[in-house]
Amino acid sequence: MKNFSGNVLFLDGSDINTDEIIPAKYLTENSKQALKPYFLEDIRLEGFNARRDVEGKNIIVTRANFGCGSSREHAPWALEVNNIHLVIAESFARIFRQNMFNCGMMAVELPARTIDDIFKDFAHRETYLETDLDKSVFTITADGRHAKIPFSISNFDRALITTGGWVDYADSKY
Amino acid sequence: MGKTIAEKIFDAHRVDNPADDVHVIRLDAVFCHEITTPLAIHDLVNRGKDRVFDPDKIKVVIDHVSPAKDSKTAMQGKILREWSRRHNIRDFFDIGRNGVCHAIFPEKGFVRPGFTVIMGDSHTCTHGAFGAFAAGVGTTDLEVGILKGVCAFRDPSTIKINISGPLPEGVYAKDVILSVIGRLGVNGATNRVVEFTGPVIDAMSMESRMTLCNMAIEAGGTSGICSPDRVTIEYLWDFIKDEYASKEEALEDAGRFLSDADAQYDRVIEHDVSSLEPLVTYGYKPDQVKPVREMESIPVDQVYIGSCTNGRIEDLRVAAQVLKGKKISDSVRGVVSPATTQVYRQAMAEGVLKIFLDAGFCVTNPTCGACLGMSNGVLAEGEVCASTTNRNFNGRMGKGGMVHLVSPATAAATAISGFITNSELYKG
Repeated sequence: MKNFSGNVLFLDGSDINTDEIIPAKYLTENSKQALKPYFLEDIRLEGFNARRDVEGKNIIVTRANFGCGSSREHAPWALEVNNIHLVIAESFARIFRQNMFNCGMMAVELPARTIDDIFKDFAHRETYLETDLDKSVFTITADGRHAKIPFSISNFDRALITTGGWVDYADSKY
Repeated sequence: MGKTIAEKIFDAHRVDNPADDVHVIRLDAVFCHEITTPLAIHDLVNRGKDRVFDPDKIKVVIDHVSPAKDSKTAMQGKILREWSRRHNIRDFFDIGRNGVCHAIFPEKGFVRPGFTVIMGDSHTCTHGAFGAFAAGVGTTDLEVGILKGVCAFRDPSTIKINISGPLPEGVYAKDVILSVIGRLGVNGATNRVVEFTGPVIDAMSMESRMTLCNMAIEAGGTSGICSPDRVTIEYLWDFIKDEYASKEEALEDAGRFLSDADAQYDRVIEHDVSSLEPLVTYGYKPDQVKPVREMESIPVDQVYIGSCTNGRIEDLRVAAQVLKGKKISDSVRGVVSPATTQVYRQAMAEGVLKIFLDAGFCVTNPTCGACLGMSNGVLAEGEVCASTTNRNFNGRMGKGGMVHLVSPATAAATAISGFITNSELYKG
């Protein structure tokens, strides 16, 4: 199973699309690893610099409709090869969300107000997030600040991340 | 309680419910192109599962970068070509007979009312125009589709958009769908099927219905869907005439996949287009739309006519009607990519390509190319393009380029003037 705890990267914007996560010109790559340096290359967010801010981060916290646009699974792969296996957002585009779980990674939705609170309390700080999958709780820590946030994912999604993804699940079952 | 088209299709294809709101459905067609399929093939080979569930239900095309522009894209084509051969996939469309996936597969009669279709491409929602459930998926879903012929979806809860008119002269399906996206927002139909109904849809050709359903994803929709009717049957007749004694019989059969009058919808939206004007996008999201008349001072460097949204014969005819006897502005590069080889041939036979050439357009082979900035019309930094495609995302057509989405009529008029302009076909 993948690692769902680590340092948080805050992306303060809604509707971040998969063209921004990984531009189409890199879709000619035939390996996931080759996508690594181009992650978030075309994103336009004030104060954000992909080269400076991605290194050492393991979790993304963002706003609504993350991963909209193209179906390219290169977007979750670009996260994966940058050691980011968990995205927490107000909402996700359908295909992106499914691609994450299909790869054994997590895309977790939290209410808009909770996301707002996390941004207010933790953005612009070095923030660590610990995932307790058994209890379905995130623990967020920064500068002595502390928050416990419950989350829920369906049993089907849970099965995908514990069995390693949709291919093995489907091949054994159907 | 009544059911929607999508619910009826799910009922007819359900294999399993691994969770209350998750449905694993059997697939009637799995479509493949060279960008998202090679890594699925690679993974299947690595897992020792290099098999296909049914070679006759898998349809393959090389379309995104065609002809190959470099060694990497050549390799993507090679992987797809060899895989198709290895598994006896007969419907494989290589250069010379290819076309943009969402234009060529309907043209070949591969999508029927009541079908379930997936492809590793977000604009797969196009095929819902035939009364099918058609959804874009990622490479892993595609891989499982290829291997097992199934895919998992959440409840197909549906937004019904009842479009009333009449649609004014010089206003097209593209303007209608831009107005719908502007109203719903880019997140307004996420996890929902978008069902288009009403007199404006009834009067539309299959090409226009495909333009409409094509952009359902730009509001987050899983699949666009139109009710199968006489127009659908007429379009498909050459492909289905051996299966039915008459068109009436085919129509009656397709009637199994019509929404019931008492079907439950997530939302019902009444959308009146009787005073709709030609529209254009102004930002980096497809829901940022304005009337063309409010954007008329914006100069463009390139005009692009093509793609799975607006590269079909109907689109080229409208553009040619505007371009006939005219020259495009010296400051504009005009690029037209007929969506398929058949569209190309037809446009040539009808004299449409000659009109484009005489006006000063570059006519390319069928390909997705410019739409996603991969080939055949990539923008330089700071350049602006009026485009009949579906996405105006930052960098979409080339890093630092700006895309304004428009109908083919507006695109042609813009090419002539050099500024975003309403066509003379619009009398408003």
